[in-house]
Amino acid sequence: MSANTSDLETRLQQGPAGDDYAAAVRAARDAAAKAGEVDVAYTTTDSPVGPLLLAATDEGLCVIEFGARGDSLDDVAEHISPRIVEVPKRLDPVRRQLDQYFAGKRQRFDLDLDRRLMRGFRRTVLERLFDDIGYGELTSYSELAEMAGSPRAMRAVGSAMATNPIPIVVPCHRVLRNDGSIGGYGGGLATKRWLLALEGVEEEIPDTKR
Amino acid sequence: VSLPPFDLLLDEHGPSVHRFLVASVGRDAAADCFQDTVVSALRSYPDLRDGRNLKAWFFSVAHSRAMDGHRRRHRRRETPVDRHDAEPSAPPPGEPDDTLWCAVRRLPEKQRESVVLRFVADLPYRDIGVITGCTEAAARQNVRAGIKRLREVLA
Repeated sequence: MSANTSDLETRLQQGPAGDDYAAAVRAARDAAAKAGEVDVAYTTTDSPVGPLLLAATDEGLCVIEFGARGDSLDDVAEHISPRIVEVPKRLDPVRRQLDQYFAGKRQRFDLDLDRRLMRGFRRTVLERLFDDIGYGELTSYSELAEMAGSPRAMRAVGSAMATNPIPIVVPCHRVLRNDGSIGGYGGGLATKRWLLALEGVEEEIPDTKR
Repeated sequence: VSLPPFDLLLDEHGPSVHRFLVASVGRDAAADCFQDTVVSALRSYPDLRDGRNLKAWFFSVAHSRAMDGHRRRHRRRETPVDRHDAEPSAPPPGEPDDTLWCAVRRLPEKQRESVVLRFVADLPYRDIGVITGCTEAAARQNVRAGIKRLREVLA
């Protein structure tokens, strides 16, 4: 009798058979988006510089994350909203423009940005960079500090670059060290070089080693 | 309260919430119930005061939706003589199922929900009590009674 009981409990623990979860969760995410209960939609996509995570709100694009591990979503949950759901369709315009950019067919992004993850002086710096440094242009930390109205705040400019929530679109890859060397990059130096080569300015960087 | 991205919850608990709903209301009704669960969980998510036991919270939302689903089905059915015996004894055509889960769905409400929350959702009795609106001891008793009844029915 007790063997029978534990057999029953094991079968209950296994749950009813069902392999339709993938379809069910897709339908549920769509229903939630349609019902207006999703504040932040995200998706992951492949690109020439590796997998990217893209996230957007009603205000616009708020995240591009290299590697697409999803670490940036914690920041989004804290500073924008935790109602974050994978809704790939909402990122279609972003993905299309990125594809065109990577294919060399687009030099300007025509996208609204949600800047809530950029705070204080960092935001000023990133806005100057987004508005004033175009495709194939290069600048430096000190130049950017000056543009942002605080010529001596080079360190703050560095941290603005390091915490840029929307790389590629907000073009921190166009920012070099003051001596013209390549500097660092959140997506890795290979990615920075690839982007600068795409924009036709990689040769202008001294000591570019592969 | 700092809450994780909702999609993380869905990744972590979605599959077992879905299994819970299939067990409680059946495969056909589970699709709608699961959508309702996700939509209504998202609606109340930002207002949560306590982010510590999100699993139990998610299942409590699913439980309410499952109860709505059962009520809708009972209303559609005409004059059920006895709520439990009024359930169809065989799964509808095209619905793969077996006698165990049909028997589970014919359990009295509290027993059914408690058994499914205990075994399919793997929740502790304390949470089951909170979700089904009774004490921990009563939840334990409901599970025990449900298992006993299942053993009788399936014998």
